[in-house]
Amino acid sequence: MRLNGTEVVDTFAEAFPMWGARIVITAESPAWAHEAARSLTGFATSVIGCKCEAGLERELDPAETPDGRPGASALLFANDRDGLAKRLVERIGQSVLTCPTTACFNGLDAAETVDVGGQLRFFGDGYQASKLLDGRRYWRVPVMEGEFLVEERFSIAEGVAGGNIIILGRDVAEALHAAEAAAAAMRTVRDMILPFPGGIARSGSKVGSRYSGLIASTNEVLCPTLRAQVPHSDVPSEIGSVFEIVIDGLTLESVREAMARGLEAAARAGASQVTAGNYGGNLGPHHIELRGLVPGLRD
Amino acid sequence: MPLTLSLREQPAVPLEAEGLSPDRLAGLRRAEVEALAVWHGNRRRQLSDFFAVSGEGGEELRVEGDLRRVKFIGAGMTAGRLTVAGDAGMHTGAEMRGGELLVEGDVGDFAGTGMRGGRLVVRGSAGHQLGGAPPGERAGMRGGEIVVHGDAGEQVGAGLRRGLIAVAGSVGDAAGLRMLAGTIVALGRLGAAPGAGMRRGTIVAMSEARPLPTFAFACAYRPPFLRMYLRHLRGLGLPLADEQIEGRYARWSGDGLELRRGELLIFESGG
Repeated sequence: MRLNGTEVVDTFAEAFPMWGARIVITAESPAWAHEAARSLTGFATSVIGCKCEAGLERELDPAETPDGRPGASALLFANDRDGLAKRLVERIGQSVLTCPTTACFNGLDAAETVDVGGQLRFFGDGYQASKLLDGRRYWRVPVMEGEFLVEERFSIAEGVAGGNIIILGRDVAEALHAAEAAAAAMRTVRDMILPFPGGIARSGSKVGSRYSGLIASTNEVLCPTLRAQVPHSDVPSEIGSVFEIVIDGLTLESVREAMARGLEAAARAGASQVTAGNYGGNLGPHHIELRGLVPGLRD
Repeated sequence: MPLTLSLREQPAVPLEAEGLSPDRLAGLRRAEVEALAVWHGNRRRQLSDFFAVSGEGGEELRVEGDLRRVKFIGAGMTAGRLTVAGDAGMHTGAEMRGGELLVEGDVGDFAGTGMRGGRLVVRGSAGHQLGGAPPGERAGMRGGEIVVHGDAGEQVGAGLRRGLIAVAGSVGDAAGLRMLAGTIVALGRLGAAPGAGMRRGTIVAMSEARPLPTFAFACAYRPPFLRMYLRHLRGLGLPLADEQIEGRYARWSGDGLELRRGELLIFESGG
């Protein structure tokens, strides 16, 4: 298939269920809200090594936040409910509670909830106090700066992780330019994040390794430098560099929409080829076909 | 047209009408509504002896007339919307658990006592013991919201355990007397001895207030939770300025005769 001169491989992305939460952070200035969100979502590229995947979803206007201050929303995903609850407590405790002027709120509307502020309150060492407004409980934790306000319970919902597109170019410059354009276009979609640095991963992995104990290792079939060494390569001869953009979303639709916008933008930016990663369809329940994703695709 | 009860004339002695709430009247036929029991002094009478009934029962109920001598309107209601077109008597909304009760005029003493949920909105003023404790009980209101657009009498939120009471006008003496938790917001003048004997909870004063000697000054700061509360109250129609929502408040901790875990937050104009 082709789109604007870019070859699009007739394949699909294979995505998995993962539990997600939305964290809304407010602060006295957009800069401090952003700083807290950046810290909260740091070292959260892949559950393989970070136990969770997280990213900044978007900046929030004061009119959109619970306390009327500027804010930012972040999404955090983990493999199961318990893991997600632990990561929320750890990360909000270390990255938001510590950050000047911030407050932290649940930003998701879902039936299932986990205790977050109810755990973090113990930092108050008995001096904490709670407030109940509109059926939602908030904890006021005294800190040296003043007071940290955090919502007691955060909603969690089953989302979709591992949506992806893979962008191939003749060299690093071409492939990265296309990947950057794709990531920028994908970030306009709500309810999803791109967990890797700048949204782009240069080191897509496969499951397992020849070394025992390693659960993931380099995906040699997409490494241009190994094209002549491996029994089978998916790298065409004119390709010199490959990037992957991974998408985690609260809904399958948001992941699909992000893939579509990324595919279009990468093609417009001159990618040589766009494909998607899967495991033969044997592992993940969500198969997002590139065919039909955007209207301009031609056989 | 919602079910409407029109008081024919003011009763000579107080009328106790505990069943007047939309959830209890929903689904009843007109004859059944008219046959409901009310207490006129010490005599059991029928609702239709005092009220003309019109409209259909549903989630809404409207009560009209000079109701200053009608007690317990909306008491114990759990859902729906009840509008009192005029003044209402004592114990209005007492023990409420849900729904919204709007009084377009004033309410008598003990409104919202023992309330556990829902919202009581008074367009006029309220009497004494607003959101207070039922007779013989230590704890007052345990949940829900009371919003008064006029003034309120003495001992607002006495024994308050949970919930929010906001008064746009002045508040009488001993607001938050022996309160256990919860929040009281006074936009107008706050009377003497606020928070006397309070253990936990918050009293917010937008005008000058004199803390008791058993309260100690902590600091002046911008309480993050208060922005949410004040924005919420502005959404309910109370006149709150940006300066108050974003403003600085002096925090006094008390009562030192109890746990000293409560707070009096006094707005610092220009802070």
